[in-house]
Amino acid sequence: MSEHESVADPQPAVQLHKHTVHLGTRMIKWLQIFPISLWMLLLVVVPMLYVFFMSFMSRNYYGGIVYHFTLQNFAQVFAASNLQIYLHSFWIGILTTVICLLISYPFAFFIAQKGPVAKTILMALVVVPSVSNSLVRLFGWLTLLRKTGVVNTLLERLGLIHHPLTLVYNNGGIVLGMVYLLLMFMILPIFNALDRIDHNLIEAAEDLGASKFQIFKELILPLTEPGIVAGCIMVFIPSLGYFFVSDVMGGGTQNMMGNLIENQFQVSRNWPLGCAISVMLILLTILLLVIYQRRGGDMDELGGY
Amino acid sequence: MNKRLTARPWKNVFIGLTLLFLYLPVVVIIIFSFNTSKMNILFEGFTTKWYGLVFHNYQIMAALKNSILVGVISTALATVIGTTGAVAMSKYQFPGKKTLDKVLYIPIVIPEVVLGISLLLIYSLVGIPLSLFSLILAHVTFCIPFVVLTVRSRLVGIDQTLEEAALDLGANPWQAFSQVVLPLLLPGIISGAGFSFALSLDDVIISFFTTGPASTTFPLLVYALVKTGVTPEINAISTLLMLVIVIGIALNAIHQVRKMKQEG
Repeated sequence: MSEHESVADPQPAVQLHKHTVHLGTRMIKWLQIFPISLWMLLLVVVPMLYVFFMSFMSRNYYGGIVYHFTLQNFAQVFAASNLQIYLHSFWIGILTTVICLLISYPFAFFIAQKGPVAKTILMALVVVPSVSNSLVRLFGWLTLLRKTGVVNTLLERLGLIHHPLTLVYNNGGIVLGMVYLLLMFMILPIFNALDRIDHNLIEAAEDLGASKFQIFKELILPLTEPGIVAGCIMVFIPSLGYFFVSDVMGGGTQNMMGNLIENQFQVSRNWPLGCAISVMLILLTILLLVIYQRRGGDMDELGGY
Repeated sequence: MNKRLTARPWKNVFIGLTLLFLYLPVVVIIIFSFNTSKMNILFEGFTTKWYGLVFHNYQIMAALKNSILVGVISTALATVIGTTGAVAMSKYQFPGKKTLDKVLYIPIVIPEVVLGISLLLIYSLVGIPLSLFSLILAHVTFCIPFVVLTVRSRLVGIDQTLEEAALDLGANPWQAFSQVVLPLLLPGIISGAGFSFALSLDDVIISFFTTGPASTTFPLLVYALVKTGVTPEINAISTLLMLVIVIGIALNAIHQVRKMKQEG
């Protein structure tokens, strides 16, 4: 519905009561709508528009912003040295997404076969570690895997190795950290999709003589596709921006897209360039969401519902 | 799903291994919080001294206090704004409703680093100093959409004729809402609030851009320490925090399981 139509037709969407809409109820209505609308306008819409605006601005020698239109930032966005960073980020992101999917699908599939009580408990067990501090948990991995970590120390004492293995502070460390922190966002939508499948459908397919493989390929997989796509989006997009993971697990040497943006706001102080890179990330996000919605994806699924 | 596809041992092994992966670093943190050595290398002896020492560590306590303060205030604000918003959006038609609906997804799907820098930009434009205040504004912003989603998913299951009936029986709109709709919504509101608090308490990226040096949070303190070495005191306080969260989630899970049993 266009805005014009809704102004002309102030009828409530759901007719909750047929009392005349007098001044009091009208005021209550606006008191409910106003806070959320204003908050989202001032702290989401305006800041996002300002990022777009800023991506076309210049900066002076000291890192100050000069309100002078330029396309220079976007030229810099596509500089060869930066392209390499995006490729690296995408590669890490894709690897993370694929590994998360390969773990999550069977995991959610097996849990969905369990009884209601076991399901509730197992899904609660998935959520528990993810609400405790991300950085502390990453440090848990470092404690295990770094050069002077538990694994290397034990292996050396057992005489199995003579030089510590490089298990973290490389690309493998970054992928491990990303998979670890983002796994839940793949498990939840896939589990929800599996859990919603009507048992009768599977039984009907069995009665009609379908094999287990056929049931999976022709019935379960298509029905859970929206969940899979939602999970992939909610793993891939954040992975591009998680600069602290590459910083901590990659030892700070591997640059990713998130680190590149962060740098423009910390070290390099080039806000317009940081904004231009952010605009590219926003456009990429929108592109993925449009594809998702075109394929019948439900936006609420992205929040884990 | 299907009874004939019931669990085989290897399926449980896969579930177990995945959970082991999720819990391994958590277990490491808990074990090393009882380690006598300050180096997180090998377990050298059992002690509970870090649990006492951490409460005298000014730096950790200040960061934790900031995190909890921001978490509580942001959760309260986001819950009120998100709940009233979700109710209003399901009830009324108003200009810009579709746009608002779309905008609410932005904080959920946009990479956090982008939301973080956009808020930093607007703070510097308007002249809001980076402080606990700017931090709370940021946290409320990314919590509201999650509250709206949880409350909305609950609203779908509520029979809307109930409120109508209350109004026909002479209740005023506030009574009809607070005594009929609100109690039915409460589980959704509580899980939305719990979700918000957990998000706020764990946020690294958005806080990184929206807080000042005088108002650092617990995750940001850990971020700074991870490079030089996390002390067992951090392990100890993290273990305590986890304990609180586990109790919260366990109570919720027990409640759900009981309800399922009651419903048969």
